Amino acid sequence: MATFRNLTALFRYRGLIQTLVVRDLKARYRGSVLGFFWSFFNPLLLLLIYSFVFTQVLVGAHDKEMEPYALFMFCGILPWTWFSSSVLESSNTLIAGGNLIKKVLFPAEVLPIVTVLANMVHFFFGLPVLVGFLIYYQRPVDPVELLWFPVIVLVQLVFTIGLALLLSALTVHFRDLKDLLGNLVQLWFFATPIIYPMLQAPVAMRRWLNFNPMTHIMISYQEVLFFPGPHGHWKWLMATAVVSVVVFLAGYFVFDRLRDSFAEEV
Amino acid sequence: MTSAIDVINVSKVYRRYARKRQFATLKSAILDGSLLGDLNPDETFQALKGVSFSVPKGCTYGVIGRNGSGKSTLLKCVAGITRPTQGEVKVDGRISALIELGAGFHPEISGRENIFINGIMLGLTKKDILRRFDEIVEFAEMQDFIDAPVKTYSSGMYMRLGFAVAVHVDPEVLLVDEVLAVGDQGFTHKCLDKFAEFRRRNKSILLVTHSLDLVEKFCDTAHWLDHGVTKGEGDPKRVVAAYIIDVEDSEENALAKAESTRLAAVAKEITEARETALTENTEVSASSVPSGEGSASSEESGPKDGFKSEEGRWGTREVEITNVTISGPGGDAGHVFQSGEAIQVRMDVTSKEKITDFVFGLGLFNADNVCVYGTNTNLEEFQPTEIDGAGVVTFTIDKLDLVEGTYRLDLAAHKADGYPYDYHRLLYTFRVKSRIRDVGIYRPDHKWTFGGGIKISSR
Repeated sequence: MATFRNLTALFRYRGLIQTLVVRDLKARYRGSVLGFFWSFFNPLLLLLIYSFVFTQVLVGAHDKEMEPYALFMFCGILPWTWFSSSVLESSNTLIAGGNLIKKVLFPAEVLPIVTVLANMVHFFFGLPVLVGFLIYYQRPVDPVELLWFPVIVLVQLVFTIGLALLLSALTVHFRDLKDLLGNLVQLWFFATPIIYPMLQAPVAMRRWLNFNPMTHIMISYQEVLFFPGPHGHWKWLMATAVVSVVVFLAGYFVFDRLRDSFAEEV
Repeated sequence: MTSAIDVINVSKVYRRYARKRQFATLKSAILDGSLLGDLNPDETFQALKGVSFSVPKGCTYGVIGRNGSGKSTLLKCVAGITRPTQGEVKVDGRISALIELGAGFHPEISGRENIFINGIMLGLTKKDILRRFDEIVEFAEMQDFIDAPVKTYSSGMYMRLGFAVAVHVDPEVLLVDEVLAVGDQGFTHKCLDKFAEFRRRNKSILLVTHSLDLVEKFCDTAHWLDHGVTKGEGDPKRVVAAYIIDVEDSEENALAKAESTRLAAVAKEITEARETALTENTEVSASSVPSGEGSASSEESGPKDGFKSEEGRWGTREVEITNVTISGPGGDAGHVFQSGEAIQVRMDVTSKEKITDFVFGLGLFNADNVCVYGTNTNLEEFQPTEIDGAGVVTFTIDKLDLVEGTYRLDLAAHKADGYPYDYHRLLYTFRVKSRIRDVGIYRPDHKWTFGGGIKISSR
């Protein structure tokens, strides 16, 4: 019950969270020449690299209906970048913010949440690039289908925050996680249909891929933004939403239980 | 009067660094919600042991104690940064903790933005901060630099800004951990004025400090912690006095220990030197064996050279100083004395045969090896007749008019021409304590008088 009370207190910190997200964004590009433009350039460069590899180097590694392949991948890579950098950064966020936790009365859960939200804003900054390419390739998006987009983002947000809370709390005790995570996230990337469509995965593999919540989040993005026709994956998405809430609660529970140790262990 | 802070039987146990046990505790931490559930006592460190007190509203409460006595842990428990292992802390009203100033500052962004972020972290709203912004900047004396990134600030500027934000949060309860050393004298006065203003507005301050002056001047109650246990609580003057006595006692022990090791080292050196001298040159007669550091040099530079700073002992020991005690007005031997008190230096001497040419001398040096005073029985025109067997020499200073500091003594017995019998160079250390923070070495007996239009009173 105490956990639940703390959870409701989270709502009171929205002003603090908002301020810190803005600070994070401001501080990130402070001192660089292009500043905020990096939020656009990074995904753009990423897209160019993948386009080059899959249209010039690995020609014919995919079906004709997957053209333009670069766009297909971009629909997944953009939200995946949000997910992966959130997970990687949040594992270190309590240790990096040790000064706040040790010296100021500060709600520690704000730190991983801010990390996830700041990366979400970066994701949003990348969306105009995606829109630009949709227009360039003349791929109209069904506006009704587009209504699913915020839902997918919300599911991913809840899932990512849950994971970020769990990992940030555990990393305080197991610093090894920081190094391990880089590889795990890489593995997770390939275990998620992002640079390949789900349909190209072997049938035996597909069953396993279905256990991966990120699979359904990514397929949903692809369905909405890339594939024509209605969003046929929504049942899976809803199931993933439930999983996300469970992950969030579990993550928060562990975080809350370990909360007292942060000031001493960080 | 209701209390602003109630600390009820608070204990805090920290885990010692024991990696191998981490898994067990993490499991118990998540499942039972207890972080120390299954730890052995030798894996823990108890920082606070059943501390209780309460701070009434509008009261300034000072916590004193030596390093490692649990003061900061106590403050963190009150602030809610760590939770006590046992016991309970109740705080009525908004807390602002000045534990580390500017803890939330981000180096890359400007002071202006950091004020907002820091303020929000401390519980203000944007509107509150906007209203107090100018006041904060002015208080921090930062008008010219407020738009520069915080990483370009000097540490003093950084701290001042942090302090300014923290005190303008307008807390009901202010927790202060040794942060008054953040600026020049002027800024310190401003901080103290701010504290005084807090008191007038019936807010409570919990102050952790090593500045006993501050506790005596500002606090209504003082609390003395020692190794996590309350050693005293109550009237600041009384508690501070008890604390000072305790500190002096332990300083005394430390000096006594240092002195005995030094004497032991010197004694060892002497015996070794003697042995080598004897084996190297068997013809040297016992009477002319100068022991200690090198033969010729020490004899030449012996007692007359008051500026030779190396400690040690040399001489022929025809007359030997066997024991030295320094004692205070009560007659108890000690190493810490109050300025203005009487002290006595007593030398036990003995001679193996009858000697008629002898002088006893004493030199007093401060920590910088400046000779404060030096004299001997020859200079003061005593005429030696004879010494045979054991004797006692006592040197009494009726009023030790020295400023606070550490002082060392030379004691010697030698011939009128400087030929050393037994020379003890800087071997005896004592500390002089004073309530007055005057400077220099010597404090002449003095008084101030004022006349005319001057109105002045002692604090």
